[in-house]
Amino acid sequence: MTDTIQREGTITLPSDREIVMQRVFNAPARTLFDVWTKPEHVRKWYGVRSTTVTVCDIDLRVGGAWRWVVTKPQGMEIAFSGVFLEIDPPHRLQRTECFEGMPGEALVTLSFDEKDGQTTLTMHMLFENKEQRDGCLHSGMELGVRECYQKIDELLASL
Amino acid sequence: MRTIDPLSATLAALSDPTRRAILEKLAKGEATVNTLAQPLKISLPGVSKHLKVLQKAGLVVQGRDAQRRPCRLNAKRLQDVAIWAERFRRNWEESFGRLDEYLSEITKKETPK
Repeated sequence: MTDTIQREGTITLPSDREIVMQRVFNAPARTLFDVWTKPEHVRKWYGVRSTTVTVCDIDLRVGGAWRWVVTKPQGMEIAFSGVFLEIDPPHRLQRTECFEGMPGEALVTLSFDEKDGQTTLTMHMLFENKEQRDGCLHSGMELGVRECYQKIDELLASL
Repeated sequence: MRTIDPLSATLAALSDPTRRAILEKLAKGEATVNTLAQPLKISLPGVSKHLKVLQKAGLVVQGRDAQRRPCRLNAKRLQDVAIWAERFRRNWEESFGRLDEYLSEITKKETPK
């Protein structure tokens, strides 16, 4: 494999209400925009590897609703939903996002910035307050991927 | 030099796999630079460099014992929101890894040669 260059994304927390993630993909913006907005594509990649996308509704128009549900192997469901606010293919996509069961709603803006055939995705999440932002970050801790931090988890649990 | 806020310093420190490995090792108990270097198969200066970053981020503290200078984890710092952010990023990174694979699959189909 020649295409295994380190391409991990970055995360920053510019303010108490924000999360910004950036990641470069080896595809044109058009394609990247499609894989975020067409259910047949989303089902192929969304979620950590142990999960399956079991619901993927996308009504891609301003004011249209979306709802994605991922199911863990044990059957537990995690659902995200919201409404599209801005659709500007293949440059920008803005939607509200609610982690069902949690309070509040985030405003999520995806920007697709193509250069030399590669596209930088910027995912900007704006929350109502710090508690909800932190809640979103913290929820990530329960969603899987434990391998690297297991020891630290154990340590934290023992404090 | 640009001043970096503590949260960003923690995030930057955690973004490196070797430094995460060092933290994992220290989660089991304090260790010297030597004992950290061996299993990680990196040079002593290499470990020292990583430790400096971890220390600056407040994730690791180094003892005063002149000979051994043992390192230990600063567990309090680990409860920081930066830890959650890094985990959040890694969850997304797993999706993005799948997306990379999927993109190479569909772009191959789109450009038959």
